[in-house]
Amino acid sequence: MTLLTPVARRRSWGLAALFLLPAIILFAIFTFYPFLENFKTALYQTAPYPGLPSKYVGLSQATSILSSSAFLQSLTSTFLFVVMVVPLGLLLGLALAVAANKTIKGIGIFRIIFSSTVVTSVAVGAIIFGTLMNPIVGLLPWLGINPNPPLLQSPTWALPAVAAIAIWQFLGLSFIVMLAGLQALPDDVLEAARVDGAGAWTVFWRVTVPMLSPTIFFGVVVGTIYAFQSFGQIDILIGQANAQQFHVNVLLYYIYQSVGGTNPDPGQAAVLSIALFVIIMVFTLLQLRFLERRVHYAGR
Amino acid sequence: MPVVEHSHVDAPPWWSNKRLRLLLRYALLSIGSLVIIIPIYLTVVNSLLIPSQLSQQPPPFFPTHPQWHTYPTAWNAGNMALYLRNSIIQTAIIVIGQLATSILAAFAFAFLEFPFKRTLFVVFLATLMIPFEVTVTQNLATITSLGWFNSFQGLTVPFLATGFGIFLLRQAFLSLPPELREASILDGYGNVRFLTRVVIPLARPAIAALAVFSFLASWNQYLWPLLVSGSNNKITTVQIGLKQLAATQLNQINVSLAGTVIAFLPLIILLVVFQKQLIRGLTAGSVK
Repeated sequence: MTLLTPVARRRSWGLAALFLLPAIILFAIFTFYPFLENFKTALYQTAPYPGLPSKYVGLSQATSILSSSAFLQSLTSTFLFVVMVVPLGLLLGLALAVAANKTIKGIGIFRIIFSSTVVTSVAVGAIIFGTLMNPIVGLLPWLGINPNPPLLQSPTWALPAVAAIAIWQFLGLSFIVMLAGLQALPDDVLEAARVDGAGAWTVFWRVTVPMLSPTIFFGVVVGTIYAFQSFGQIDILIGQANAQQFHVNVLLYYIYQSVGGTNPDPGQAAVLSIALFVIIMVFTLLQLRFLERRVHYAGR
Repeated sequence: MPVVEHSHVDAPPWWSNKRLRLLLRYALLSIGSLVIIIPIYLTVVNSLLIPSQLSQQPPPFFPTHPQWHTYPTAWNAGNMALYLRNSIIQTAIIVIGQLATSILAAFAFAFLEFPFKRTLFVVFLATLMIPFEVTVTQNLATITSLGWFNSFQGLTVPFLATGFGIFLLRQAFLSLPPELREASILDGYGNVRFLTRVVIPLARPAIAALAVFSFLASWNQYLWPLLVSGSNNKITTVQIGLKQLAATQLNQINVSLAGTVIAFLPLIILLVVFQKQLIRGLTAGSVK
């Protein structure tokens, strides 16, 4: 800024420091410090009795946790959960957005309904569907769905059932993102394709979807993060005692049990936290690599 | 699925009939709506049933003898009033805090000159790469050592700064016309008056979008409140309260569902009122 004198510029430094300090302090204490501290804590084994100091064990704790069958099962459950929730949630959201992307009578109400699950919390979603899936409530038996063991107590069906709840909840966000993407598409290109005589189906897959790819990419990233963060439904509907037995002990729930609960194990929690970070990073980088290459940015 | 209109001249297929396609679209919209609404509708119905009706087949699709008392029961015995109060306090502190830290930091990045500006901005962006879940273990230890376990400080302080909010507002501030800055300097405005009289009023849409986004994120928090709340309900939020209320015994399901409706209803009203801001907050970054 050429209008500023040197004195004014130095005053601007002071003001900048003042304005940035709150955020810097908060990030330092609650983001960077705990993140880095994980790498140290992971090297110490928590004492079997509370009150005793933890013991330095180097990498042996990490290797034994990461090769344990509990961890591998947790990893499988997490992966299956993400694979079920993200593509289905995005596809259904896109279908709803396509249907709602036209100014016809009453469309505002439909759009509010489709967006509405975005305001449901995990607890609300869990209780709504936990009740409907409860075998003593009449709905499922009446529909002829009466598996034994019940849905949420079955090692096979508990994870898909929880994923279905997460998809329902993700639908609102997925719809909002997809509709915003569709509405931002330039009309002239779609119009040109139509004038060229392309059918609706062809225009959708050959023109709309490629032009929508930045939005879809954003949806995949947001959806993956959402799916990795989900564990509330599992905590409310299945609980710590049964999570492992019913194959729903996703990584974040595993971390939660190491942090809270009656026997907190910071060493194990740190190892699992680093694993979660690495997995999310790898997922994000893979998405960047494989999807971004196909993403078509209009006008860039 | 016909999505876009097109005009064939020769022998249009049956579905290109305009009215039929409109009908098909409404049919699709209605099916989608039912998928969303039926679970919510049944939750309201079930909250009003006599417990023994819950296991009937076919299930009652309308409360023939509505048990309105389940709502006051959930409100009083289920502590919903206390949980709602706690959630409101928690959310208010986080939203106000995030707005304050984001506006200040974004202003510095957008309008002020200082050393290491670029580096610092990259450091701030890096916070977006570290999910909060990865830091809970140590954060719980930090909060406990500060003596903030089971307190509103412990519940809220870790969330008072947000890399997303700073990034969002910086973009909004930078998109304001640069002449405003020069004009305000010529008018003798200092930085603070420029911020409060020009930038904040003009960037109101982006600030509102951030407010709605952080409201939703903090209201629906589950992991951290679960870890940091003690057993005496002092700071128990609605989400954690619902977990306690979630009952599997038949004779309590209606009360637990009434509590769920109480927790859900205010947010539906907010969605209808603040739809535009919410959508702007949620899609920031998706279309660019």
